[in-house]
Amino acid sequence: MRAGDLDPGDVIEQAIARLTARDPEVSAYLDADFERARLQAADVAERLARGEDPGPLAGVPVSLKDNMAVNGATLTAGSRILEGYRAPYSGHVAERLAAAGAVLLGRTNLDEFAMGASTENSGYFPTRNPWDRSRVPGGSSGGSAAAVGAGIVPVALGSETGGSVRQPAAFCGVTGFKPTYGSVSRFGLVAFGSSLDQIGPIAAWAEDAALVYDVIAGHDPRDATSTPGERARALDANASLEGLKIGVPEEFLDDAVDKHVLERVSQAMDVLEGAGAITRVIKRGRLQHMALSIPVYYLVACSEASANLARFDGMRYGPRAEGDDLFEAFGKTRGQLFGPEVRRRIVLGTFALSAGYSEAWYGKALAVRRLIHDEFAALFDEFDLIAGPTAPTGAFPLGDKSDDPYAMYLCDLLTAPACLAGLPSVSVPCGLARKGASKGLPVGLSLTGAAGSDARVLAAARAFEAARGEPERSPLWKEPSA
Amino acid sequence: MSVPTSPLADVLSRYEPVIGLEVHVQLGTASKMFCRCEARFGAAPNTLVCPVCAGHPGTLPVLNGEAVRLGVLAGLALSCDIDAVTRFDRKNYFYPDLPKAYQITQFDHPLCRDGVLRVEAGACEPFEVSITRAHLEEDSGKIVHPEGMDISLIDLNRAGTPLLEIVSGPDMHSAEQARAYLQELQRVLRHVGVSDADMEKGQFRCDANVSLRPIGREAFGTRTETKNLNSFGFVAGALQAEMIRQGALLDAGEEVLQLTMGFNPDTGLTHALRSKEEAHDYRYFREPDLPSFAIDPAWVQSLADELPELPGARRRRYLDELQLPPKQVEALLADKSLADWFDAAAEASGSPKQAANWLFTEVLRLVNEQKRPLHELALTPERLAGLLTLVDVGAVSVQAGRLIVTALEEQPEQDARALAEALDLLQVSDDSALAGMVDEVLTEESDLVTRYREGNTALLNALLGAVMKKSRGKANPGSARELLAARLEA
Repeated sequence: MRAGDLDPGDVIEQAIARLTARDPEVSAYLDADFERARLQAADVAERLARGEDPGPLAGVPVSLKDNMAVNGATLTAGSRILEGYRAPYSGHVAERLAAAGAVLLGRTNLDEFAMGASTENSGYFPTRNPWDRSRVPGGSSGGSAAAVGAGIVPVALGSETGGSVRQPAAFCGVTGFKPTYGSVSRFGLVAFGSSLDQIGPIAAWAEDAALVYDVIAGHDPRDATSTPGERARALDANASLEGLKIGVPEEFLDDAVDKHVLERVSQAMDVLEGAGAITRVIKRGRLQHMALSIPVYYLVACSEASANLARFDGMRYGPRAEGDDLFEAFGKTRGQLFGPEVRRRIVLGTFALSAGYSEAWYGKALAVRRLIHDEFAALFDEFDLIAGPTAPTGAFPLGDKSDDPYAMYLCDLLTAPACLAGLPSVSVPCGLARKGASKGLPVGLSLTGAAGSDARVLAAARAFEAARGEPERSPLWKEPSA
Repeated sequence: MSVPTSPLADVLSRYEPVIGLEVHVQLGTASKMFCRCEARFGAAPNTLVCPVCAGHPGTLPVLNGEAVRLGVLAGLALSCDIDAVTRFDRKNYFYPDLPKAYQITQFDHPLCRDGVLRVEAGACEPFEVSITRAHLEEDSGKIVHPEGMDISLIDLNRAGTPLLEIVSGPDMHSAEQARAYLQELQRVLRHVGVSDADMEKGQFRCDANVSLRPIGREAFGTRTETKNLNSFGFVAGALQAEMIRQGALLDAGEEVLQLTMGFNPDTGLTHALRSKEEAHDYRYFREPDLPSFAIDPAWVQSLADELPELPGARRRRYLDELQLPPKQVEALLADKSLADWFDAAAEASGSPKQAANWLFTEVLRLVNEQKRPLHELALTPERLAGLLTLVDVGAVSVQAGRLIVTALEEQPEQDARALAEALDLLQVSDDSALAGMVDEVLTEESDLVTRYREGNTALLNALLGAVMKKSRGKANPGSARELLAARLEA
């Protein structure tokens, strides 16, 4: 578009046509204001006509998960408690994307308040996997992953607390990147677990993920946890695997991981080797506390969430249930408008922080989190990257784990550690499982780097994609639209 | 032992009260603690509000460095240790005036701790109060109950305004001491410029803890805490009401329960708000949105070096060195700008007592007449000092000086001597001119002269008055008196 080969107006119309044709299949979008997108595209076209450079994402349609504030747009966070609410301000990523010329198209579905691994916990409707409509797209950024996987938009933003970008990206056969904690400002992201939350790109190509990362990363004074200083640009990083030391901890090759998933990951390791990387299996024991990641993650995230979600009391915005007194109104609003999973996590977090229990639960969780962090940091003294499968299985059928919260929590087994340690981690498609329960479904290769090495992790993902070739695409991707 | 004359005196004849106070001070920052909204009292409801202080989803707090600076200044003025690391915590509870349903505060790492305030003012003997801690936190909004309507309204203008909560040790033993401590604390905070500490504007709010113990016993009794006392009178009233209530319980052999109380100024009585069992579990935990950060000791030292003279030291200087009357001293300490003005005038004139006298009479008269604050007058301390020097050497009389004060204000470009000359107010002290006037008076007032010579020497003043009148105030009264006395004795 910057070269003048494509018209932003045509591009957005094509994206709208794909959305209109394909979204009924996957239900990836909670809301889509086409007029707003058209106006933005027209603005970009006008600037191009005037000879201006609207930026590196000029005219590119980008979809945002509906937990990122865009002034005047819906911001439901997938919850009934924010039904009808529109953000009175734009967050950091929305501003950065607009400043880079991107056209924001639609609000994507998510598990309520990003709490879930399947997008079935959305307060509105579940999203479906573009590879198989009977299966989940993963979660909580399932709408964004399905939109990209279905070929509706080339890139979307997700947010991750325990795996919510990478796991749905893996399930939908696309690239998902979670930056180092502090790389991307959280200003404008509806908080779930504040010390874990990060926004990251989900893209059809690793290179696009790097391009979008470069746009949204950077210091923001409105987020006190935003790392000061410049970020290394992911597109400038040397996309070569030559001489990179990549370790695969045995803890990531657990029995819980589907062997057909492991088969694809093993082949991916061969691709990495073939491209010049040095790969090693790291004997069990270096990540002794990784097995505690799930309980630690749920204690930390739910404790923080219990405070973060306390503001939804029906007093200032959103719908309100009536009660005879104040506290009955609070209770009814929250009881009726939060879904069961959100209520479960608020109760869990409230308990973990309560007087007399806080030290034993929250305090202990923080201590183990520190150990997990230190164990990973020690590995990066020897290795440039840690590799493994992104998720233990391919996408599972809708309803499969709905009645078993703990089974659902185990989906985060392989992704939660990088979140607890604040590390950059990417999931890149590495083929389809050949047999078993995940047969024919995409598998994700996870590459994790030391804190701050976002550019290197994304460069490795680009190099892997270049060595392996373009990922397989979903049936929906290939459908002609309109 | 005196005979008890009131229920309170009766209680105090047997029990010793132990009092500790928690004071919430609004820090005088231009903007709020975690957003850029203006921090101001008296604006139309909900006009000083943004998505951050209204607790909109996705917003984050960013610490206002000025709040930290003012908190450190207050801590230093109270001789506190300043924590090397600043950390914030979330205090969780639901209330409509608390937009995030948690308050950002400091739980186990207060900014300041282990201070002391010496109180030498008021009706009490001098005493010291330990400052247990002082920590930063954000204020809540306000709930307004419109009269005659069954609704409550929320005003978030105050939400997010920075507060310093100052917690004293249980070191006071009377309502009078509590009042004296609060007043001295208010003076200190105003002096170092961290807050206007205006109680009527809610900038200085007090919670009062009190327990009773039999006189002579060490161990504390069970305390109650009376919340939200927003005048010195209410603090004293609530403490006295609690002492009487607790004394009656103890006398009857009943237990004092650990309660949170409210105070009704209309009845002068306290009432229970909630018991210990009903107390909130605030589920404190570290605020993940605000990373902890180190406080540079060199920066703290630079603030300590810039700290102005504190009211306690100033009081001792005024009383001991300058020998000012206690009433004037307290009036000066009530207003730092007044005391600063005085210091400048005292130094420039070299006569502190005269400077104080003229400040409290003529200068404040001028302030009232001009309806302008002291520091905006054209009459600066230095210009007043020029006049005081003229008075001191006898060049102008006190009476003439008053006229010159007004002239100094009205003609900013003229100094006191020039004005005295222009207004023909320089005193006549050269003997020939004065002698002429004295002789005229002695002739005109021959009756008085006769009575004086018969022994009524008090009439000298009447004769002096006549000389002064004849000179239209310009005669130097000392010289005139000497001359009169000499002629009369001749």
